[in-house]
Amino acid sequence: MKTVFVTVGTTSFDELIESITSPETVQALKARGYERLVLQVGRGSLLPAADSCPHIRLQAYRFKDSIAEDIKQADLVISHAGAGSCLEALGAGKSLLVVVNDKLMNNHQLEMARQLHMDSHLLYCTCSTLTQTLRTMDLSVLQPFLPGQPKNFANFLDKALGVQ
Amino acid sequence: MAVLEGAVFAILLTCLLVIIRLYIVVKTGPNYKPGAKGPVAVLVVAGSGGHTTEILRLMESLSAAYTPRHYVIADTDRMSEEKICTFESSRHFDSESQFTICRIPRSREVHQSWASSVLSTLDALRYSLPLVFRLRPDMVLCNGPGTCVPLCVAGLLLGILGMKKVLLVYVESICRVQTLSLTGKILYPLSDYFFVQWSSLRDKYPKSIFLGRIV
Repeated sequence: MKTVFVTVGTTSFDELIESITSPETVQALKARGYERLVLQVGRGSLLPAADSCPHIRLQAYRFKDSIAEDIKQADLVISHAGAGSCLEALGAGKSLLVVVNDKLMNNHQLEMARQLHMDSHLLYCTCSTLTQTLRTMDLSVLQPFLPGQPKNFANFLDKALGVQ
Repeated sequence: MAVLEGAVFAILLTCLLVIIRLYIVVKTGPNYKPGAKGPVAVLVVAGSGGHTTEILRLMESLSAAYTPRHYVIADTDRMSEEKICTFESSRHFDSESQFTICRIPRSREVHQSWASSVLSTLDALRYSLPLVFRLRPDMVLCNGPGTCVPLCVAGLLLGILGMKKVLLVYVESICRVQTLSLTGKILYPLSDYFFVQWSSLRDKYPKSIFLGRIV
């Protein structure tokens, strides 16, 4: 069953949860063959009930110790622009659509989303363009994302601190 | 009048001494090699959410020479503690895992204003000073949550008072491509090793270290 996983991390992003469960967005998801929608809503005030969207299998929760399993089972991950969520989804080799929260103070997270978008690692949009993006997106243009190299950091630090 | 003049003079002298000490403490960083003497005690500022994920990826790469590891998390955080425990229990090369988790008040919520950010940062200092003075780490590793600043200030104070040099290692979050975070801007002149993960930032901040993406 083709699944979409939506994650907002440790923050809240009610606007995204509201947009993704709206009838026209659900319709757009159905049109692309997605039949199941899993929402991680964090500290938001919206926690949609399983029967609130009649045309799609919906499941929503606030937090889990690890969202790795939900990411693994998803065919498409829709995420807020948080670095952790983005890297986790990209690291798992999933197609990623980042929805930017333009109401956040000093919206720096746009930087990484824009850069990774420029490097063709993800698609990005805002809540107001979400439905349109889901209708028209082409996931085949996305390039694989190679993991960062923490070993380089460790080697540098070992040398700098004189670790044997 | 003489008393007042004396007090002003004393305050100015203290400020001058603190500034000179601060300068010396910051300048001696590159020559300080705690790893040559034995294990390196690390204070890891995990913060919250994405910051925790990033810093654990860095911790993953560090050898058992970095022991013990003290993690500081915000008290409103839910996911971080679980992530840290999972990570620590997966480190097979340690005969017994040596780590602790400490909680301090979160110094800035995402929607908080700047004015109340300053107040809650000062508030966090009340918790950070005793914590850092008790743990006396060899280095503080942090990557940008607001909680970093009071903890690094506490680390600097140990150095200024001549009690212990605490290395400040800052890794700017990978989500910073063009501009430093507020925490990064504050800690850029104070840290001993300042890492950035995009070449555009290295070009703007010459003191920074760029090794490509490291998380």
